[in-house]
Amino acid sequence: MYRNRLKPSPKEVKHNRFRTLVQLLAAAVINGYAAGFIGGKIFTGRSKMLCVPVLNCYSCPGALGACPIGALQAVAGGRRHNVSFYALGTLMLFGTVLGRLICGFLCPFGFVQDLLHKIPLPKVTVPKKLDRALRFLKYAILVFFVLLLPVLAANRFGVGDPWFCKYICPAGTLEGGIPLLLMNEGLRKAAGILFSWKMGVLVAVILGSVFINRFFCRYLCPLGAFYALFNRFAFYRMSVDKEKCVGCGKCEEVCPMAVRVRENINCGECIRCGKCGAACPTGAISGGIGEKRGGKTKSCS
Amino acid sequence: MTRRGRNVLRICCLSAGIVLTAAGIWRGEASEVLDKAVRICLECIGIG
Repeated sequence: MYRNRLKPSPKEVKHNRFRTLVQLLAAAVINGYAAGFIGGKIFTGRSKMLCVPVLNCYSCPGALGACPIGALQAVAGGRRHNVSFYALGTLMLFGTVLGRLICGFLCPFGFVQDLLHKIPLPKVTVPKKLDRALRFLKYAILVFFVLLLPVLAANRFGVGDPWFCKYICPAGTLEGGIPLLLMNEGLRKAAGILFSWKMGVLVAVILGSVFINRFFCRYLCPLGAFYALFNRFAFYRMSVDKEKCVGCGKCEEVCPMAVRVRENINCGECIRCGKCGAACPTGAISGGIGEKRGGKTKSCS
Repeated sequence: MTRRGRNVLRICCLSAGIVLTAAGIWRGEASEVLDKAVRICLECIGIG
């Protein structure tokens, strides 16, 4: 199924430019160690004990902080603890304040997917039933690959693999694997079947993102799944003013996550990109920190 | 979900987040994360 794209209004163009700028800045700040890209090494400063709020591999040559999903698995797969209170607590704080605004504005891998989806090829709309079922995959990945398998499948010394990082994470391959292997002959020689598998996953995610908007965020991202649990009550929230809404449906046409904006704008799938608000001809949709007072609003069903 | 319900959840989650983060630091997890993050993660980049 192909979707026809309407020409965006000046308000949408302005909003999209602003979001792209924020995404670009966030990616640059999170991966600000330029010397790493030049020398083929990674940053080793103390800021790497801090978890960044996004899916960003700590083996990316530019990474200044730790990937929270990697941190969860590193601690759970270690000998001392089965659960990382530190990474979970940090993620809860990010999730409660911002929810999936992080996916829409700050995540470098989300930004990569947005760029891929701009490639002018026919776009695919996934049938609703299949789409709904596939969205549960990311929760399964969070529970099994991130939380359980590193602990349950540990070796006799009590050390477990980071299953998500090792077998799935396309961000690690793109941000860490490819640049490091390009610059390091020893790593190139060590690459084998696992690297081929991970490149296959990356290519599949890239192709998926070209044809389906935010393919990885919708179906596979465990961090998106975690933040989705907080979206319904996070401090940052969206609202639809029912008195202003004329029911034209433009908000749902432009939504990259196929959210039913008028019915359930604060569901777990909304990445708070604000495209719906920019497309709304009557200005009925807005987002911000805290509860909106006055006026009839539909903020969560 | 009512506004009051959301506020209760926010306060609970913020408090739990702060307590868990502090407990994690107290257990030495921050240095565990640092140890992992300053070395090239071979699993993450697909070497094994």
